[in-house]
Amino acid sequence: MKKIISMLLVLVMVLAMFAGCSNPAEEKGSVYYLNFKPEADEAWQALAKEYTEATGVEVKIVTAASGTYSEKLNSEMGKEGAPTLFQCGNAQGLIDWGDYCLDLSNTDVYKEMTTDDFNLKDENGAVKAIGYCYEAFGIIVNKALLKQAGYEITDITDFASLKSICEDIHARAAELGFDAFASSGLDGSSSWRFSGHLANMPLFYEFRDDKVTEQPATIKGSYLQNYRNIWDLYINTSAADKTSLSTATGDESQAEFGTGKAVFWQQGTWEYANLIGEKYNMKSEDLQMIPIYCGVEGEAKAALCCGTENCWAVNAKAPEADQKATLDFLKWVVTSESGTKMMAEQFGPIPFKAAKEPANVFFADANKLIADGNYTVTWAFNHTPNVDAWREGVVSALTAYSADQTDANWDAVKTAFVDGWANQYKIQHGL
Amino acid sequence: MSKKSRGSNVNSYQIRRPMRRMWPVFILPTFLCFIIGFIWPFLQGIYLSFTDFMVPSDAELTLIPALEAAEKNPELITEAGGKFAYCMQAFFQNYRKAFEDPSFARAFWNTAGFAVVSIILINVVAFAIAYALTQKMRGSNLFRTVFFMPNLIGGVVLGYIWSMIFDAILKQYGTYLTANATYGFWGLVILVAWQQIGYIMIIYIAGLQAVSEDMLEAARIDGANGWQTLFQVTIPNVMPSITICTFLTLTNSFKMFDQNMALTGGAPTITLAGGTQIKTTELLALNIYSTYNIGRRWHGTAQAKAVIFFLLVAILAIAQLTATRQKEVQQ
Repeated sequence: MKKIISMLLVLVMVLAMFAGCSNPAEEKGSVYYLNFKPEADEAWQALAKEYTEATGVEVKIVTAASGTYSEKLNSEMGKEGAPTLFQCGNAQGLIDWGDYCLDLSNTDVYKEMTTDDFNLKDENGAVKAIGYCYEAFGIIVNKALLKQAGYEITDITDFASLKSICEDIHARAAELGFDAFASSGLDGSSSWRFSGHLANMPLFYEFRDDKVTEQPATIKGSYLQNYRNIWDLYINTSAADKTSLSTATGDESQAEFGTGKAVFWQQGTWEYANLIGEKYNMKSEDLQMIPIYCGVEGEAKAALCCGTENCWAVNAKAPEADQKATLDFLKWVVTSESGTKMMAEQFGPIPFKAAKEPANVFFADANKLIADGNYTVTWAFNHTPNVDAWREGVVSALTAYSADQTDANWDAVKTAFVDGWANQYKIQHGL
Repeated sequence: MSKKSRGSNVNSYQIRRPMRRMWPVFILPTFLCFIIGFIWPFLQGIYLSFTDFMVPSDAELTLIPALEAAEKNPELITEAGGKFAYCMQAFFQNYRKAFEDPSFARAFWNTAGFAVVSIILINVVAFAIAYALTQKMRGSNLFRTVFFMPNLIGGVVLGYIWSMIFDAILKQYGTYLTANATYGFWGLVILVAWQQIGYIMIIYIAGLQAVSEDMLEAARIDGANGWQTLFQVTIPNVMPSITICTFLTLTNSFKMFDQNMALTGGAPTITLAGGTQIKTTELLALNIYSTYNIGRRWHGTAQAKAVIFFLLVAILAIAQLTATRQKEVQQ
């Protein structure tokens, strides 16, 4: 008898261990969004709460820490109750997650879209992921500080003028109380600005010359001298110590710019909300985004770098009820009052019919430059093979070069850039 | 000492009886956890090393697509030299990729070098401190506590803190931690030594305190000097502690992950002529992790590396245990 009781006890203990895992009734379906952008986390949480209150459908938003999205997605997808909505933004994403992307062609949310430009399709034309916003990056300028230094934004028209202004400000930094560029940190939280976004400049011009439209197996690096020009300017006219860039973070550069310690900061439209938010309280009339000039011929006619990596994909392997709940949620996000308001605030102009006009001045800058007949610098870096590893190679070489700006060290950057590309292409495609 | 002579209460029938009857309560929960948390994932891991997968639930043996390809194109089989050879190649495809990966070999040699240096350094220093602190001196308890404290801080935190310390120091010389592989390697050695010496020291202290006073006194009377006592009497008698400490430091060095990731993350990456890129301060565990993160074509390979890694650590640990056990003194 006692033996039976003890067995029962064990059973109870074991069951108690699993009780936490069981789920309530599932008919309604639920939404689990693995969010890509830490800066938009709060807004998503608030929106999810509102949707749950209105409809009773549970919406869980989880945000991966900066720079760890693919790892997080990987581990979450392997679990029971995997994300129903996730981010799949480039060629690598489709290789990895193509099987997990529901064809969105006939969904309500897709029908709300105004353009197909930012969507990812497979070879059969199925819509695997929809680009829910587009972004622009360039050099953000604090016009108030620029004025204090004795310049107007219109003085900057190309690389030469940018360079002379930066060098002048840097020389007078002690007297002015601020420097030209915010720190160009090469810590993981900041290095993507240079190994990704800044590297887009040489890639874009090379691809434009060579008429490249698909991921190339090899690149030539024809514009790497321009990459060097602008990188030298970033680190030579900044208060940051060149040998400590390996540990300087993105937050540090944000704080330098936000608190008026620097006039220039290479960043994107997504930083607008942070800059005018409570923390830094910058005025939108003081902010403007200008193109990244790097000394390429004709670049006075360049606009901002516009594109997106932000594409929603719905998990094709999630239960049907959850897929439906997710699609309903997305439709609500891009059509409802609060949804479109949040999207406009966080992501700027979104390619959906009910989109609201964003207050974000950076988008106004982007649109104005295009309207004035300048050419858009598209996101050529979306073709990068085995993105993280390629970027790590470039960052290591760039860090070494920054500490000691010799030609030999720059050659190592070139090798990492060009030879590294060919190598990572092979690795990505399993050749 | 004979077991019966003590008349210990623990062995009395009154206490033994309920324990005998209730054994499932004590054994089963732990056993179940062991199966869920260890045996099952381990077996699954071995299975996954022969598959191609994005997440474990959609794993497919690498053999299957290879057979389909062979059906369409029989030449593949003749090229491989027969059906059996072709199947074996396809079956062990992930293992082949793992062995062909230059970063894996580099990580292995990094780990081996790191293990040798840190085992010697940690054990020698820890033993020396333990020896000093078991002599009668003032404040030895305080010292023990202080030396043990670094062990209470987690590896990731330590990695970040030390990277700041090293960078601050190296900055004086116009360089930084991830400038070259040497700094990263020695940085990791210093970090791990600092962290683990305290823990290993505690084990040695326990061992040293168990060396009988009679024996030491006999050595003194026989005219042995300090060094002779240390090498002829003390060390042979603490051999069990040395066994366990070398075992711990060996396996810890091989399994090193958090500290490696937080301190350098494998940086700097060098690009060799021809484009091959290698993370120069990457140890095996981190190499497995970053292989997995390349993308779906490498998940199975990372898993194969993990199985190879397990075998390596197991073989080394068993070899080391057998070797040091033979030196232990039977009492």
